[in-house]
Amino acid sequence: MAEPLIRAEALEKRFQTGGGLLKKPRAMLAVRGVSLSVARCEVVGVVGESGCGKSTLARLIPRLIEPTSGRIHFDGQDLTALSNADMRRLRRRMAMVFQDPYSSLDPRFTVAEVLAEPFRVQGEAPPAGRVAALLDQVGLSAKMADSFPHQLSGGQRQRVGIARALAQAPDFIVLDEPTASLDVSIQAQIIALLSALRQRLGLTYLFISHDLGLVRYFCDRVVVMYLGAVVEVLPRADAAPRHPYTRALMDSTLAPDPRQRKVLRALEGEIPSAFDLPKGCAFAVRCPRASDACRAARPVLEGGEHPVACFHPF
Amino acid sequence: MLLSVENLTVRIGKVEPLSGLSFTLDRGEILGLVGESGSGKSLTAMAVTGLLPLIGGRIATGSVVFDGTDLAVLPEARLRPYRGKRIALVTQNPMTALDPVQRVGDQVDIMARLHLGMDATAARARTVELLTRLRIPESRTVCDAYPHQLSGGMKQRIVIAMALAAEPDLIVADEPTTALDVTVQAQIIHILGELVRERGLALMLITHDMGVVAQVCDRVAVLYAGRLAETREAGPLFAQPRHPYTRALIDCIPREGMAPGSLTGIPGLVPSVAQYPVGCRFHPRCLQADAACQHVPEARQQADGGSVSCHHPMETDHG
Repeated sequence: MAEPLIRAEALEKRFQTGGGLLKKPRAMLAVRGVSLSVARCEVVGVVGESGCGKSTLARLIPRLIEPTSGRIHFDGQDLTALSNADMRRLRRRMAMVFQDPYSSLDPRFTVAEVLAEPFRVQGEAPPAGRVAALLDQVGLSAKMADSFPHQLSGGQRQRVGIARALAQAPDFIVLDEPTASLDVSIQAQIIALLSALRQRLGLTYLFISHDLGLVRYFCDRVVVMYLGAVVEVLPRADAAPRHPYTRALMDSTLAPDPRQRKVLRALEGEIPSAFDLPKGCAFAVRCPRASDACRAARPVLEGGEHPVACFHPF
Repeated sequence: MLLSVENLTVRIGKVEPLSGLSFTLDRGEILGLVGESGSGKSLTAMAVTGLLPLIGGRIATGSVVFDGTDLAVLPEARLRPYRGKRIALVTQNPMTALDPVQRVGDQVDIMARLHLGMDATAARARTVELLTRLRIPESRTVCDAYPHQLSGGMKQRIVIAMALAAEPDLIVADEPTTALDVTVQAQIIHILGELVRERGLALMLITHDMGVVAQVCDRVAVLYAGRLAETREAGPLFAQPRHPYTRALIDCIPREGMAPGSLTGIPGLVPSVAQYPVGCRFHPRCLQADAACQHVPEARQQADGGSVSCHHPMETDHG
């Protein structure tokens, strides 16, 4: 089997908060032992609710933040072993699109300046015509180059965010909830654009989202996270879920069809605090299938083709 | 009919962001008001709750008849017995709807004390009962918490409890689940539906998500750029939408088994209120538009009680 473009091994990220003269700092594991791989030209989705660590993972993979432990291999190179200068050179090949196009574009930069910045960071100037070509690639008119972000709609801003990610012709893009703050009509436009770009440019995506319906539409494989850990990897987007949490996420996806109304078996209980994880399975307090075994020990992710971390999978 | 909005037109300064909107809503019924940002959904909510003056707007023409009284012509002082008491509002962001320095129990209590004249003990008993009904565990303890100590879903349930506390007839919920996680959204939508059936409330549910509408609404009004595009019972509206905009909105939601590439979105943008196109406001984005669409379409009444404002409505089997 060919080496995947991205291979993360046992990534962990610990954050500390609080702490002061008399207070002890508290630590939490935002990402707990996550391993995943993304093959060339593959789209892997990472899905989960707020606080599951998906955005932290999105920043760990291109090493925008440093992992506490674990390794990330990009095209065979160990990113965690690279110097900052080498890392910067390699960053041409990876890019990121952020959730909120309102705060991820500098309000004082024109669109042309936003798109020139990735070149400036590398100590270069954008080649002639590159800005216009980038705008064209994302379906914006070249006239927009002189606009400021506040003159654009949310959808247009996100297109600028995508154009910026494409600036240095990367192989790999991390998409961190790129449509979560957009209207559904614009979300669908952006997803269509991302699909077209992937086809045309042979891109590889890691797509972070809270929307399982969208992830199943857009991605080849789906990684489901809960409280910092992977609970299931769907080998195909249409595979039937085995973990009760994935099942609950699926039950919460509302189809635009009144004939498919669901008798919502609402998940009871609250997500435990990441500062105070339960001893057993982190999902057990909300899980309809939980037994004493689930509260006593943590299940590990196992099961070959379709791994799941659960003592009582479907 | 509990609420009957007729030919409602809203003006803010020189612009007219909402024109000629008509719909009705009865007890025990959920009406979904749906459309993209900028379609006038929240303005409709503000018109019904009498909050337009807050943003410098006013009802220019039309009526908002609630239980026999036209709220559109009522002076501010006479609106007070309606607002909060008989018509409650649930807003999108529970972070801003709650007072950060007051315990949440007190914030719910005050509704019953103010509107129903209850004393502190009776009001608290009711609050605890309401929170329990909304499936908040250990509701008595939660009453003593401050908003920042609660999760987003919990806070939104507190806001719903505040809306319910004065026993309103109508709840206007403006994107009540948009800021929440999907599992929590499903929970809240489910609870709202139950409350409507159980207490004979009327619910006006504002959302941009056709999935939410399909899950819970009885009837749907689709707004586009300040005008009503189509209104009908939810079943037929989803099975055979007649307005091309309704069809396009439904097709924006990914569905199980959808072929790759079939999710295309709606080309272009909702026009801003200063630049509404002439004629049908959807025509620059519509695949079926032709010369006729340069004229404003009349609302055509349908045999099934709905109406559609389009020169080229999509055909149905029983026309």
